Amino acid sequence: MIESILYAILGGALIGLASSWFLYAKGRIAGISGIVGGLLGVWDSNSSWKLTFLIGLLLGGGLLVLMFPQAIVPPTGRSIYFVAAAGLLVGFGTRLGNGCTSGHGVCGLSRFSTRSLIATCTFMLTGFITATIMGVL
Amino acid sequence: MMKKNIASLIAGFIFALGLGLSGMTNADKVIGFLNLAGDWDPSLAFVMIGAIGVHVVLYRFILRRPSPLFHDTFHIPTSKDIDRDLVVGASLFGIGWGLGGYCPGPGLVSLSSGGVAAVTFVAFMLFGMFLHKLFIKRRTDAEVI
Repeated sequence: MIESILYAILGGALIGLASSWFLYAKGRIAGISGIVGGLLGVWDSNSSWKLTFLIGLLLGGGLLVLMFPQAIVPPTGRSIYFVAAAGLLVGFGTRLGNGCTSGHGVCGLSRFSTRSLIATCTFMLTGFITATIMGVL
Repeated sequence: MMKKNIASLIAGFIFALGLGLSGMTNADKVIGFLNLAGDWDPSLAFVMIGAIGVHVVLYRFILRRPSPLFHDTFHIPTSKDIDRDLVVGASLFGIGWGLGGYCPGPGLVSLSSGGVAAVTFVAFMLFGMFLHKLFIKRRTDAEVI
């Protein structure tokens, strides 16, 4: 448990550092759902950096697979239908609510945004309720 | 142009490593954190503490600068509306997160493993985002009429 907490803090600090670097270099909030969702429309002047951010994420994932493969674990207890439904809900929900764990959670809470605080409390609450119900069933 | 894109790539890369190291790309662990009825694993709460701990401090230093490194102005969200979209959207997202154990970043990072769950999740997430585009367009069109 202690080791798990240390990794969580260290990984979290890296996430905070990446968000800070993004703000410092580009002046923008590192919100992943917004960046990826923004790529689904017509190509504009903001599309290239969104695409390179996504490529960076995938390259980071590639390095993890090579160096630290135990970090990437699928939801073993969930059928593929649940995973598909989860994808739909996450995709639609993050766009409707204008953010996910990164944009509202990390960046929004760091700048004391009330909107982000409400969004974060809401998705944490429904996340806890859903996973707990699924766990009991 | 090139520098802006590389800066963005570096941000995505470090972000992915942070997600992997922190345990967020372990969907079983995420579900174990969100499931309060089972053998509860609270360690992922520390990801938020680590991330906000760093960003809350650096954010303030960065915004004292006149402009970002590669652009003219900062683009910080200004909306203060607590509306139905915010709450409904966040609720749906949370339900999906608890159902699959993936939020958007970890889903994308997990794609590199080539796992069926990650590929399925991301495909449907993109489809969900696309449906949102159609939904907004319909709603806007309806308002215009």
